[in-house]
Amino acid sequence: MPAEGPTTSSPDTQAPPQTRTSADLERLGHLYGQMLLIRRVEEESARGYAEGKIGGFLHLYIGQEAVAVGALAALQPDDYVVTTYRDHGIALAKGMSPRALLAELYGKSTGCSRGLGGSMHMFDKEHHMLGGYGIVGGHIPLAAGVAFASKYRQDGRVTLCFFGEGAVSIGGFHEGMSLAALWKLPIVFVCENNEYSMGTPLSRSMSVEDVSLKALGYGMDRDRFFADDVLEVERRMAEAIRRAREHSLPTLVEVRTYRFRGHSMSDPAKYRTPAELEQHKKRDPLARARAMLVEQGLGEARIAAIETGVEADVADAVKFANESPEPTLADLEPTTYKGPFAY
Amino acid sequence: MARTVRFREALREAMIEEMERDDRVFLMGEEVGHYQGAYKVSEGMLDKFGAKRVVDTPIAEAGFAGVGIGAAMVGLRPIIEFMTWNFSAVAFDQILNNAAKLRQMSGGQLDCPIVFRGPNASARQVGSQHSHAMEHFYATVPGLKVVAPAFPADAKGLMKSAIRDDNPVLVMESETLYAVKGEVPEGEHLVELGRAQIVRPGRDVTLAAYSRMTLVALEAAAELEKEGVSAEVVDLRSLRPLDEGTLVASVERTHRMVVVHEGWPYGGVGAEVADRVQRLAFDALDAPVLRVSTLDVPMPYSAKLEQACMPQPERVVPAVRRLMARGKA
Repeated sequence: MPAEGPTTSSPDTQAPPQTRTSADLERLGHLYGQMLLIRRVEEESARGYAEGKIGGFLHLYIGQEAVAVGALAALQPDDYVVTTYRDHGIALAKGMSPRALLAELYGKSTGCSRGLGGSMHMFDKEHHMLGGYGIVGGHIPLAAGVAFASKYRQDGRVTLCFFGEGAVSIGGFHEGMSLAALWKLPIVFVCENNEYSMGTPLSRSMSVEDVSLKALGYGMDRDRFFADDVLEVERRMAEAIRRAREHSLPTLVEVRTYRFRGHSMSDPAKYRTPAELEQHKKRDPLARARAMLVEQGLGEARIAAIETGVEADVADAVKFANESPEPTLADLEPTTYKGPFAY
Repeated sequence: MARTVRFREALREAMIEEMERDDRVFLMGEEVGHYQGAYKVSEGMLDKFGAKRVVDTPIAEAGFAGVGIGAAMVGLRPIIEFMTWNFSAVAFDQILNNAAKLRQMSGGQLDCPIVFRGPNASARQVGSQHSHAMEHFYATVPGLKVVAPAFPADAKGLMKSAIRDDNPVLVMESETLYAVKGEVPEGEHLVELGRAQIVRPGRDVTLAAYSRMTLVALEAAAELEKEGVSAEVVDLRSLRPLDEGTLVASVERTHRMVVVHEGWPYGGVGAEVADRVQRLAFDALDAPVLRVSTLDVPMPYSAKLEQACMPQPERVVPAVRRLMARGKA
């Protein structure tokens, strides 16, 4: 496939290892802590699901942490995020507390959505986390609308819209991309390509495997890279975010990643081989970040402090979720309509 | 003082007044700007407000419905025009899964103050794909409000209330009503959502209807008058919320009811009205609640067959006669 059109960086290239400053090292330590928090919260979620404390669907983010953490590190706090149902990692990276997240999974009234949304609907208005959505591709026009509002009000905010490569075949993706390009909206479309839409590999779901090429038909900028290195994700995302903020131009970014668990808790992932999974686990962005911290001299004591802090936050969140009350029937009508119920 | 205004002009006045009052309000849809509106409802609005607030879209209902919902959830107040409600079928997911669900699935954190509007139900010989009465699908969804005015004054007053409402409100207009004239009060005119109106008082039977079917019910009532039957016509105006108080009070006076609506007989707004009335006013009824609806088939093109499928005064009158004859045999 010819890579014509307004590309801004050559796809498929990996940045060479860079000499890191001490500020870089501090930053990597911070991002490592965020990734570890996501990994550990997800592991506790899996445990809670096995114990019957979490019901319904549960789509874990394990393996993809560098995407959320790297991308959101490049955002301003006021910027908006909209994503799919695999939303726990992105919600945490946007600033949602582990307490609010785990309580939501446990179906408690102290959850971010008062226990009414569940795993797929993580909302945190204060942090401009505008939700996880359960219909594939349905949130993509919605995200374009959030960016439309920013342009309408000239508030300088950027919207990040995450989705999987499985969403690229549905109409909502194309209509959202089309309108965002036509109206020059300040948005970055982030395709988290984890190679499988549920159990179907990309090779059996798309005629063209390079998702970023979809940008060409809309005259949109694009980028494509692996999410092995969280700092590289941040750097590449920062370019797209700058293009949105300074020039009000959308970008399609394909971030290549891999989920270490099945599609959801009910999926044993028999459609891929153990060898394939092991191969990807060798590229675990969390382990890679930790190795880089060790290698570049953050020191075991500092690393241990980060890890101890995460464990304490996770334990606190699990306890909080366990001890919180459940919502009641009285919560339903006021959250269905603002004002009097319309019957 | 009232003025005589066409239905489409009343809608336009409502949108213009609300856009002048609140700069968060904007109009978006196919052909709403440069073309001046497929049915000229938005005529002149592009010149008045500019392309920022009167936004032409490509043919992408799911896309621009979603854009409207996204803009609403961060504080704008969009008016989304569907060229016809038939085309909202491809945006149904946006309305069902996003507009109607945002508030609850965010635990009450986010609202969706948006208006979806456009012509609904049959026009004239536009065939099966362009003649749907879509209100039945939407009125069943908690989280949405649905209104269907029959007169220009209500079109204006309900549209203004819809724009000011903090929930998604769906305004069902009618291509066959756009040119109809009626009196509209001078100055600020708001009609509260959820209030039916008795548009013709009567003693013997209640005809409940909305949108263009209110005019059909009024024609039927005039025919019935000649037979010595006094029919009360209740214009529902709002389908969700539904004004069951006005319906029950009417049936307690007349003891009989026929619901007249476009759309198929299986389920829907007519069935909902019948259910509530028999539940809430069983002892007042002298006969079962009947419905006169579109026939249970896709709408045909043939002019003669189309007329036969749609509710007509000629089908309402015999339904009332059946009720009046009950118990007299």
